[in-house]
Amino acid sequence: MATGRIKVSITVNGAATSGEVEARTLLVHYIREHLGLTGTNVGCDTSSCGACTVHLDGEAAKSCTILAAQADGGSVTTIEGLAKGGEMHPMQKAFMENHGLQCGYCTPGMVMAAIGLLNENPKPTEEEVRVGLEGNLCRCTGYHNIVKSVLAAAGTK
Amino acid sequence: MTMTEQRPTTVIGKALLRKEDPALLTGEAQYTSDLKIPGALHLAVLRSPYAHARITRVDVSGAAAMPGVVAAYSGKDLQSMWAAPMPCAWPVTKDMKNPAHHPIAVDKVCYVGDGVAAVLATSDAAARDALEAIQVDYAPLPAVVDLEHALADTTVIHESLGTNVSYTWPLLIEEKPGQVDEAMRSATYVVKQRYVQQRLIPMAMEPRAVAAVPQPFGGDITLYSATQVPHILKVMTAITVGIPEHQVRVVAPAVGGGFGSKLNVYAEELLCTALARRHGCPVRWVEERTENAQATIHGRGQIQDVELAADAQGKFVAMRVRLIGDMGAYLQLVTPGVPLLGAFLYAGVYDLPKAFDFSCTSVFTTMTPTDAYRGAGRPEATYAIERTVDVLARKMGLDPAELRRRNYIRRAQFPYTAFSGLTYDSGDHEAAAAKALALVDYDGVRARQKTQNVKGAAKRIGVGMTSYFEMCGLAPSRVLASLNYGAGGWEAATVRVLPTNKVQVVTGTSPHGQGHETAWSQIAAEKLGVAVEDVDVLHSDTAIAPLGLDTYGSRSLPVGGVAIAGACDKVIDKARRIAAHQLECSADDLDFAGGTFSVKGSPDKQMPLAAIAFAAFTAHNLPDGLEPNLEAQYTYDPPNFSWPFGTHACVVEVDVETGQVQVLKYVAVDDCGVQINPLIVEGQVHGGVVQGLAQALYEEAVYDSDGNLKTSNLAEYLVPAACDVPPITTAHTVTPSPTNQLGVKGVGEAGTIGAASTVINAVVDALAGLGVVDVPMPASPQTVWNAIRGAQGGAR
Repeated sequence: MATGRIKVSITVNGAATSGEVEARTLLVHYIREHLGLTGTNVGCDTSSCGACTVHLDGEAAKSCTILAAQADGGSVTTIEGLAKGGEMHPMQKAFMENHGLQCGYCTPGMVMAAIGLLNENPKPTEEEVRVGLEGNLCRCTGYHNIVKSVLAAAGTK
Repeated sequence: MTMTEQRPTTVIGKALLRKEDPALLTGEAQYTSDLKIPGALHLAVLRSPYAHARITRVDVSGAAAMPGVVAAYSGKDLQSMWAAPMPCAWPVTKDMKNPAHHPIAVDKVCYVGDGVAAVLATSDAAARDALEAIQVDYAPLPAVVDLEHALADTTVIHESLGTNVSYTWPLLIEEKPGQVDEAMRSATYVVKQRYVQQRLIPMAMEPRAVAAVPQPFGGDITLYSATQVPHILKVMTAITVGIPEHQVRVVAPAVGGGFGSKLNVYAEELLCTALARRHGCPVRWVEERTENAQATIHGRGQIQDVELAADAQGKFVAMRVRLIGDMGAYLQLVTPGVPLLGAFLYAGVYDLPKAFDFSCTSVFTTMTPTDAYRGAGRPEATYAIERTVDVLARKMGLDPAELRRRNYIRRAQFPYTAFSGLTYDSGDHEAAAAKALALVDYDGVRARQKTQNVKGAAKRIGVGMTSYFEMCGLAPSRVLASLNYGAGGWEAATVRVLPTNKVQVVTGTSPHGQGHETAWSQIAAEKLGVAVEDVDVLHSDTAIAPLGLDTYGSRSLPVGGVAIAGACDKVIDKARRIAAHQLECSADDLDFAGGTFSVKGSPDKQMPLAAIAFAAFTAHNLPDGLEPNLEAQYTYDPPNFSWPFGTHACVVEVDVETGQVQVLKYVAVDDCGVQINPLIVEGQVHGGVVQGLAQALYEEAVYDSDGNLKTSNLAEYLVPAACDVPPITTAHTVTPSPTNQLGVKGVGEAGTIGAASTVINAVVDALAGLGVVDVPMPASPQTVWNAIRGAQGGAR
């Protein structure tokens, strides 16, 4: 059922945004529908797939499990916010150079999760990458080249 | 033109990075749900909570009164909108039974997820909220979730058909009448096994999405859909909704994986189209994951009874296969054909005489319709023969690798005419197997087993292998005709050299992760001698690429890629006539290399393609009768299937106490003929292997006895994560296909075809010393533990 509306103000990719949304609005829907940033994808309804992963206040988070209201006053980075001055982020480059994507649907979430992983553990082992990406599902790559991409970005392979 | 040895190339064979990636990596790519469509109404579908029930009343008035709701419809309300029922394009037998199937059910529901009502509202949330206000009265009927129960017809699902059996399709091939029976009676060895191919849910990461945008006054309609098959969808939408075909344009934007699940014509595509026309405004729909699990097709779903007879040396002499195929509640686009795609592969890569007795009986059940899922029929067949070879080897006391060697079709026998009459183009199974066994250290594992797999050992190791053929490159149109398939198997391409020597390649294939833009550019660049960056590949829009049969069955390269090469040849022929005219020589006197024509014997007299393209554009000085512009269209109908092959091998460790299986090493040696882009080939193998491995160890669509799908989301259906799967060692042999000019074979399904039996063979191998003969899929810890306990009654 429709619920009351609330005001939120969220910094997204460095720019101040605000809007009046239904209180039940998820962060991912705020990003996709209110801001029109459709790089962040929705792949499930159980917080299982990680396609919607963004950074909230510097940490990787599944934007389908957070209400827009919970992110009020926070700072969000989406996949659109990674490239700077026409240059892709090193993690994006690593995915390209190691064929770490095929259909690309899980990719924005996977890239955001991988950056979050390296923020916490800059030199992970292969096993640590595999465990660290447990919350992000990919159906195309068999993960082999995703793991290779993350290790390459970390400079450990 | 044919090819038996690999020719030197400059662009083909290079592991170029993909052109597709920057857009996908930055969020720039637009999937269907990303499209901004002003004024669109949102469709939501109310789905049946019952597997089987009569609909006694549908009242949508409560929904219609909800805020934001524009209209609400029952199945009966919409019944008159359809010009034809939902399409099944593969009536495999003349007497195949096919129940009428409408986008929204009218009188009864036949699976959990069957649509019963539709709502249009101004937002997705409003539409979904309104579903709760629809009242439906159901009179439940018994569910039918067991295939043998379905066969018994105690509950007939589609009453007007009088039976749950859709069809029986026999294939008996014998040199002498009674040969198979005789072999099963008198051969030295006969093994008989039953395998269950569990239902799988494709779970492409992008759920389906649709948007239909009409031009109410012009009459045209554009249908955007997350589909693998825009061309097939265009024809079927025109027929089903009753729109003149030339007024329908179908676009597949970026598509987030398919694996067969988007090789279909779905209710929501037809609903959006019909309702957009009725309301005169765009209508869109985005699938939720639970809907995806319930209302997008499932894969596999077969019971296989297999008998294999062999002589004293283990040489196969006859085979019998009896299948029961699970069609689910209705026949979707190619549902009935899926088990038959495997029919010809039950003898695998082996030299079986004409002594093959196959029959498939397919039944309706009260579960989600099945259809093509990565491999479609061929992983099932490969699994059956490759498991059975291992069972026979064990019975003979022979190493499974040795038994395979005794039966492989030898390299010198290619092209090989099989028992079925099909001709296998080329192969070298002994070489692929030798490479795989070396990489997996087969002998080393066998030695380790002697010390590790001893009485009382808590962890046992096993090694398993699979040698496979992937019958693909679907397909020669005449062969499809003989199988009653409703369409051809050709593919079309247009190659256009623009005035500035940039190239447009228009293809009828429709990629959804396979990297066609990169690989097709490599083919055109190689043929025309232009830079890869100067080639643009246009696809997946029927207004831009009007001719095509789309992407499935590993067909895109061996059919669509070869069509591009053929179109390039026609462009070169035309360019040659222009060059000859302007250089004042005979066309036969011109060599074409590196994008330049030069006169034989006078290499300084030359004309580059760039100059010819401009000359063709200005048309100031062309040979008499030659049309301006440098462009050619070519449609390729392959003379044969293509036959990629290979051997996979893996090592597993099984915890005897818990039943937990760990894959220690996985090796895939695949031969897909000439590789256009090895990076993409490797990626296809990785992904395919993990999907096959997931069938072996993790995935199953589980229904309870009332027909409820218990695994209807990604929390319950176990799509493996990175930590659940091993790294994959890939290697290749290269045996070009002699049937097409590129020597290519295709690679989309190979990994999946090889993997499931490889893993289960290894698991059974680990447990053989405990008396375990078979472990069903998925080999979950509990299933493995039960197999151990069942086999040896606690005598570990």
